[in-house]
Amino acid sequence: MSHAVQGTYLVSAVLFVLALGGLSRHETARRGNALGIAGMVVALAATLWLAVEDAAHPVSTLVLVLAAMLVGGAVGLWRARVVEMTGMPQLIATFHSFVGVAAVLIGYNAFLTAGALTGAERTVHLVEVFLGVLIGAVTFTGSVVAALKLSARMSTNPLVLPHRHLLNLLMLLVSAGLMAWFLVGHGLVPLGLMTVVALALGWHLVASIGGGDMPIVVSMLNSYSGWAAAAAGFMLGNDLLIVTGALVGASGAILSYLMCKGMNRSFISVIAGGFGTEGVVVQGEGEQGEFRETTPAEVARLLRDASTVLVTPGYGMAVARAQHAVADLSARLRAEGTDVRFGIHPVAGRLPGHMNVLLAEARVPYDIVLDMEEANELLPTTDVVLVIGANDTVNPAAVDEPGSPIAGMPVLEVWKAAHVVVLKRTMASGYAGVANPLFFRPGTRMLFGDAKDAVEAVVKELPGQ
Amino acid sequence: MLIGVPEETLPGETRVAATPDSVRRLVALGHEVVVQAGAGERASFPDGHYAEAGARIGSREEAWGADLVVKIDAPQVEEVPLLRRGAVLATQLSPGQRPHLLADLAERGVTALAMDAVPRISRAQSLDVLSSMTNLGGYRAVVEAAHEYGSVFTGQVTAAGSVPPAKVFVIGAGVAGLAAIGTAASLGAVVRAFDVRPETAEQVESMGGEFVAIPLPEGSGGADGYAREMDADLEARAMEVYARECADADIVITTALVPGRPAPRLITAETVAAMRPGSVVVDMAARNGGNCELTEPGELVTTDNGVKVVGWTDLPARLPIQASQLYGTNVANLVALLTPGSDGRLVLDLDDEVQRAMTVTREGEVLWPPPPVSVSAAPPPAAAGGDAAPAAAPLARSEEVPALAGRRGTVRIALGAVLLVLLASVSPPALLGHLTVFVLAVIVGFYVITDVSHALHTPLLAETNAISAIILVGAILQVGSEDPVVRALALGAVAVASINVVGGFAVTGRMLRMFRREGAS
Repeated sequence: MSHAVQGTYLVSAVLFVLALGGLSRHETARRGNALGIAGMVVALAATLWLAVEDAAHPVSTLVLVLAAMLVGGAVGLWRARVVEMTGMPQLIATFHSFVGVAAVLIGYNAFLTAGALTGAERTVHLVEVFLGVLIGAVTFTGSVVAALKLSARMSTNPLVLPHRHLLNLLMLLVSAGLMAWFLVGHGLVPLGLMTVVALALGWHLVASIGGGDMPIVVSMLNSYSGWAAAAAGFMLGNDLLIVTGALVGASGAILSYLMCKGMNRSFISVIAGGFGTEGVVVQGEGEQGEFRETTPAEVARLLRDASTVLVTPGYGMAVARAQHAVADLSARLRAEGTDVRFGIHPVAGRLPGHMNVLLAEARVPYDIVLDMEEANELLPTTDVVLVIGANDTVNPAAVDEPGSPIAGMPVLEVWKAAHVVVLKRTMASGYAGVANPLFFRPGTRMLFGDAKDAVEAVVKELPGQ
Repeated sequence: MLIGVPEETLPGETRVAATPDSVRRLVALGHEVVVQAGAGERASFPDGHYAEAGARIGSREEAWGADLVVKIDAPQVEEVPLLRRGAVLATQLSPGQRPHLLADLAERGVTALAMDAVPRISRAQSLDVLSSMTNLGGYRAVVEAAHEYGSVFTGQVTAAGSVPPAKVFVIGAGVAGLAAIGTAASLGAVVRAFDVRPETAEQVESMGGEFVAIPLPEGSGGADGYAREMDADLEARAMEVYARECADADIVITTALVPGRPAPRLITAETVAAMRPGSVVVDMAARNGGNCELTEPGELVTTDNGVKVVGWTDLPARLPIQASQLYGTNVANLVALLTPGSDGRLVLDLDDEVQRAMTVTREGEVLWPPPPVSVSAAPPPAAAGGDAAPAAAPLARSEEVPALAGRRGTVRIALGAVLLVLLASVSPPALLGHLTVFVLAVIVGFYVITDVSHALHTPLLAETNAISAIILVGAILQVGSEDPVVRALALGAVAVASINVVGGFAVTGRMLRMFRREGAS
């Protein structure tokens, strides 16, 4: 490989590092994205040049590659343009699956073109191919299942097969056996068999995780897609792929780790898959008490009299696409001099930072959007809390009931505020399937209905409308 | 536990670290309080009121011999031996500037909590004495200026002629600056204010001041903050603004402090020479060397052209009643934080970043400076930044990093090292090179991301997703193959990976465009 191309790859690797670093802060995030794009353009241009130079039929190669990129790019741009902000989690999961597919295809190609290697180098190459295909296949089906669950085209309940952890282990062992066979026999058969097993493994790993834990899964799959790229780099001997894959893999893993902390989950059990199933517990023991239903007019009165209001949105706000209505409500209250803040639980929604993205879309200034810890500081002195489509993240059972499946998970302690208004479609329980005693507390009022309609109704009842 | 409130002995100190009100809160938390006789006298809190609030009036030795001693100023050399071994001392310590005192306290087994090392995060606001004291200081600075100024603040039209309003120029829009702006504006003055952080304009206006903007060169109006190379240029422009505004003003109040460094010199002797006779400069940074070249700490200097430069270093202490009240509340909030059970038992939790940052000595060890905490809020730039910020205090939240520290971490690192060596010894040279690159890249990825702001998780996911589609590079290189099967598979890979590249960057861009700060368009 020519030195110029290597140098270009180095430049693009540095640009990627700067891009990720830039994206850690609001002030530099846009520049970070620009740097990432620059890195990608530079890398692709150098690669194209190299590919054309090495190819048997330069012209047809160039045309074919450009055509394929154009088609793929057009599809990508179209999806990115039309996606609703609420559909972002599915889209990102789908994108992850593409990296998985590409890794599998590249792995097969690397095997088919392996040719002249001998001895230890051949063994190393075969191991690299095998692992690359394995990771790629797991990423692929895992991402597909995650996307299906997130778009509710597949049951969000965790799949519980008997001995599921044993099953995962068994599939890994079978893969290891197939690898031994592959190294001795060099055949397509063991590689193909392993691909099937790995596809099943990816599917099963994610299928056995409940929908409520999807934010962690998406971030974990992000990490897997990075490792898949790194594995491809190893088999092709391409340092850029290795660096970039390792960057993405490591950063995805750290993100998942931070989120696990936020949910008080064990990191290891996420990687093992199926950790979310503890969440599916029968509804709390029958006795729940009475809840108090309220009207938009009463909520508007409460808000008018309040001097501090905290809004805690959850997935329900995303589903109802209520973020604009909520932003409108908060802007009106703020214009009246009410101190309105938003409190965001680290795992609210179906994607890390999901709520922040939606609120930003609705042009809620990010300096009034607080994280959980800051919000919990304010809650005891808050007059009114509006819980909009959130459930498990405001569940006092996490604090009060040691036996609860969500015990120990940090939550927004909304019950400490003077009044709590919960906007919710029905009395059904949240993703974790746990009853929420908050709804039955004396300071809590329930406003039933679609979050968007309910918030708009409240806005209508505000004075001056 | 017994809390002692000794009398302050620093010359000129008028404040006291607890008031009858704050004593009541301390008692409610289950503590006993002993107040040295006469401790509150200069702040107009007679002993009788403390006794009514539930405190015992005691001798100097009793107050110093308590389990927890709360004070305003750092102890004098001769006072340190009065502290009991194992006692806790909470006071302003300027820990960065007094290594000897810290060593002395550590040696005596005293746990020292620096009230002036509270990290500037919202959770810790209620403990932040720097914030509460400078707020009062800003108010008092205006009162001092009014006292020295030979005219009135409010403009008036009278039968004896019209009186123009005083023009006040405030440098630095931190807590002190904003308090000064508000006070001067409410006295009727025309207030202009400047800060190098343009985002403070709104705060200045909210206090009734007018924000003075620096004319920026063409094309540099980026929202990304100022790049390093612009600093010198920016500073020169800022200096021009100071000179121009000062010449026009009757009263100048400067509040610029940079944590851990001498105060920046903003007002030169020439600038003062160009001011009208009778004008007043109040330099709130006098204690740290002053923002004005002519400032003498603790002195009032009258220049040759009749400008008065006020360098009082005790502005909050000139409001002893309210200063003691606020300080006492800060102390009571600290004690509440340290008494989680409200049962009179003091628990110091060094895993809590606020408590860790404040704890400067413990069990014979000096714990200053605290471990580096990720700094996301940049310290104020060198010219006129905010106000008295603690010397090099950590400014931002710490994100928990899966620590590789401790014994288990060491074992893991050792195991990893052995594995790497084993792997390297059996691998061909080409693989070795790739492994090196791989391991280093993993570490870079780990560090680059540990700091990420929570709200940016989704854009970051989309960005890393786009970047991981770099796998496209591998696919492109395979398209040139002779084998039609390989070609077809590679083309498929190119197409799907391209979706990812373009789509990933596009959605990231879309999301980022939506994030905005209040007031920005």
